[in-house]
Amino acid sequence: MTIAWPLPAALALALFLLGLLGLLTRKNLVFVLMSIEIMLNAAGLLFITAGMRWGNPDGQIMLIFVFNLAGAELALGLVLLLRLRNRLATLDGDAANLLRDTP
Amino acid sequence: MNAVFYLSAGLALLTTALAITRGNPVHALLYFVISLLFMGVIFFALGAPFAAGLEVIVYAGAIMVLFLFVTMMLAMDRLALRRERDWIARPIWIAPICLVLLLAVELARPLLRGSHQAAFHIVTPQAVGIKLFTTDLAAVELASMLLLAGLVAAFHLGRRQ
Repeated sequence: MTIAWPLPAALALALFLLGLLGLLTRKNLVFVLMSIEIMLNAAGLLFITAGMRWGNPDGQIMLIFVFNLAGAELALGLVLLLRLRNRLATLDGDAANLLRDTP
Repeated sequence: MNAVFYLSAGLALLTTALAITRGNPVHALLYFVISLLFMGVIFFALGAPFAAGLEVIVYAGAIMVLFLFVTMMLAMDRLALRRERDWIARPIWIAPICLVLLLAVELARPLLRGSHQAAFHIVTPQAVGIKLFTTDLAAVELASMLLLAGLVAAFHLGRRQ
């Protein structure tokens, strides 16, 4: 029944690094947003691990706030994604590297 | 409970790795939703039943389904899918993998040191609720303001010009 805390912490680290790998390699903005979600989730797992180690409800409370942040961030990210799609007809993040319309 | 943890951890890692390497965004998101369900099982195995329920209901059930519906609305055509597949096949993975492994070595070092005593506490939903709505009430108000700001900004950005 007992799980030593480094195991879930190592799992959180591995998931965070997978998310970072996706963020660095993919150009499609859908995958960029998904990788950010993976990284946020890994951080949440680390909070839960700390809550288990110390028997403290703060870990789950921080997880609730992480979900809150993920929801707000994803809503704005998706709206920006739809705007980019309507304006440039692409999902490539590199297509929007100018701060103005192309002349 | 240990076997449940190991099984879910392996499957969560596998589905997350599949999610970031798919060419089709809808397949990738479905793999990520499965990974979130396994994460809920892991939370339950770690003695956090309330967090496990939230993970399945709020994260996998609401946030990721919103993401999935918007992605289905984008309706990528066949050309875009083929371009995405070409992008994955290119050797752009080498440098990011090196960087990520470097970071892994740095971050894994504190895990290998220190005491590894197995302490297991179950944190009940009552404890979470009491703490959340008494001492952390200000944070709840701030979180509600963050959601309101997100709502207003999404409405503003989503208007037709």
